[in-house]
Amino acid sequence: MRFQQIDQFSAELKADTRAAVYDGSKKGHEKRTKLLYDEFPDPDRLRHIAGEVKQHVVENLDTYLPQVEAKLKANGVIVHWAATAEAANEAVLGIMRARGATKMVKAKTMVSEETELAHFLEKHGMEALETDLGEFIVQIDHDHPSHIVKPIIHKNRREIATSFEKNGLGAYNDDPQTITRRARNFLRHKYLEADVGLTGANFVSAESGRIVLVTNEGNSRFCLAATKCHIAMIGIEKIVPRDYDLGLFLNLLARSGTAQDLTVYTEFISGPKSPAQPDGPEEMHVIFVDNGRTEVLASECRDILRCIRCGACLNVCPVYRQASGHAYRSVYPGPVGAVLSPLLMKEKFPQKADLPKASSLCGACNEVCPVNIPIPDLLLRLRNRAKEENVPSPGTPPMGAWALLASQPTAWRASLFGGKVMNYLPTKLLPIPALRAWEAKRALPAWRGGEFRAWMKNRPKQS
Amino acid sequence: MLNTERKPITGKRVQLMATCLCDAFYDDVAAATVQILEYLGVEVVFPEGQTCCGQPAFNGGDWVASRKVVRHTVKTFAGDEPVVVPSGSCAAMMFHGAVLEFEKENDLGEVEALGRRTWELGDFIFNGLGVKTWPGRFEATVALHRACHTRGTKSSPAATALLSSIEGVKIVEFGEGEQCCGFGGTFSVTFPNISAGMGALKLEHIRAVKPDVLVSGDMSCMMHLGGMAQQEGKPIKTMHVAQVLRDALKNAGLIKP
Repeated sequence: MRFQQIDQFSAELKADTRAAVYDGSKKGHEKRTKLLYDEFPDPDRLRHIAGEVKQHVVENLDTYLPQVEAKLKANGVIVHWAATAEAANEAVLGIMRARGATKMVKAKTMVSEETELAHFLEKHGMEALETDLGEFIVQIDHDHPSHIVKPIIHKNRREIATSFEKNGLGAYNDDPQTITRRARNFLRHKYLEADVGLTGANFVSAESGRIVLVTNEGNSRFCLAATKCHIAMIGIEKIVPRDYDLGLFLNLLARSGTAQDLTVYTEFISGPKSPAQPDGPEEMHVIFVDNGRTEVLASECRDILRCIRCGACLNVCPVYRQASGHAYRSVYPGPVGAVLSPLLMKEKFPQKADLPKASSLCGACNEVCPVNIPIPDLLLRLRNRAKEENVPSPGTPPMGAWALLASQPTAWRASLFGGKVMNYLPTKLLPIPALRAWEAKRALPAWRGGEFRAWMKNRPKQS
Repeated sequence: MLNTERKPITGKRVQLMATCLCDAFYDDVAAATVQILEYLGVEVVFPEGQTCCGQPAFNGGDWVASRKVVRHTVKTFAGDEPVVVPSGSCAAMMFHGAVLEFEKENDLGEVEALGRRTWELGDFIFNGLGVKTWPGRFEATVALHRACHTRGTKSSPAATALLSSIEGVKIVEFGEGEQCCGFGGTFSVTFPNISAGMGALKLEHIRAVKPDVLVSGDMSCMMHLGGMAQQEGKPIKTMHVAQVLRDALKNAGLIKP
């Protein structure tokens, strides 16, 4: 029997990996919930307000983007627009070449994962080093992140110690403190050698052109401390209208993402070095990346552009917990990924059209989302799109005959009675895929079709 | 957004949407629904033409097929009376799912109107009729599984309040209550490994608190969890909220046995 790819992946997942993903996400979810409800009288209201603010931005990007560009330019920032991943990567390469730069230190940014920037730069003879500890481990392992904020949620410390040893970062030692110290020693030198520091942005204020970065390791700050040039690669949906809004978003992001009141480092960057701002890189570039976002904006799933990449929907998702992030074959896994990844594929949508099916539509993702994205509704819309585009969907029972039956009461009633034959058949042996899949894991209740109708009709008249 | 706005109740007559699962497997749940509504003085009409709410095709992405069934349902449940459903899932299909798939259809208004008078059973009793406590007696430790489609609705608080008001009922909370049981309709057969993994976790949490009975407002979750437990050779007793309410009345002699 053929099942969905994600289900197959889950079935073959190592027990260790599943346990690591499950524990990490469960803890993350529980800490988040406790923190939000301990500290706010009505966190749900906050999510709704934040959702409305971001939806407003998404629906008015055409006015906010020029506003942001003007503010950034006034702040001394050089602004680039990249329609595609390739254009974004080329822009970075162009900036580096123009400066004669060869070494980059990189803070964690999901959009650069989308464009596969590090690989691209390496291919062009540049060094592009990840400095977020998780991303660094992924990079030396030639692996992929499996979670938006916890890229190595799928690894345990023994695996990390092994790859450190393999990469010449000391003899095997799986003590987390030792691992961190070794990474830090290695990275400190790299910060000093680098020409360019690359970051993303968690938010950009349209009002001031300030870009806001949050980290817990301080690595983005180091990326900008010793380098002469700062490049920020930013998805076009990262805008908030006013500086004032950051109060709401920073409070929600840290609590939703990592269950912290505030991340350890929160940086507000308003431009390159200037008389008013004597520290930092002398040159600053912002590359606004579209890479499919305007298609998303034009679709009925535009609400997904509210996403602030906190990962709360991954943590709570029972499917993600069973399958792990790599099951989604995408930069963005979990519920948000199941919506965003197929959409970002543009005309290659069918390749990822199975992702939106990987959900019991339980709605937990919507319940925790700090910007209240109706993820289940978006998953449903994409399932409908897949059906309309005739994308094959293994295991999905055909619905045409059922719909015919369910809109003809006489036929329906007949099949209710006829179904009783199921009680006498070796149902496990019937060549009906859905039935076999059901019975592989669960017993089938006795068929009692029509019994209620008979009871209702034949009982003594009620007074 | 969940459209949970309801038309206020007038009169004491309702139409029963029994659900296809009760029609095919769980006749006693539908019967219990009738019995408790009648105990409350409500006249229950059962439109014979009813089939299914249309959810399987809706969730499967085949909205053309689903709309066909929803249109049939709208026709079958014509009228002004509240439509009462012993399932949070089918109720949500009527007031939320169907509205989503009819967004661009000319008959959206009719679908919305049906949604506004469709009630999940517990919500109807507790909030619609304003019955806040339940008489009778039911001696049991109850694990209440809160079905996912009642998230953000008034159904779970209603079921919790009604059940805990019954003499003898002790509700026990279990771990990770917010997690889905793994049923998810066709999800259970297209993603059988993940579905069963989710179910196994749920059963582990439920068994850990040793309830006498596992209760839910949705038979779909019970079909999945009960079926898994039975397949494992360690069956658990499952009941619908309506059956507990009905049995409480029976045990106290408030309705005929």
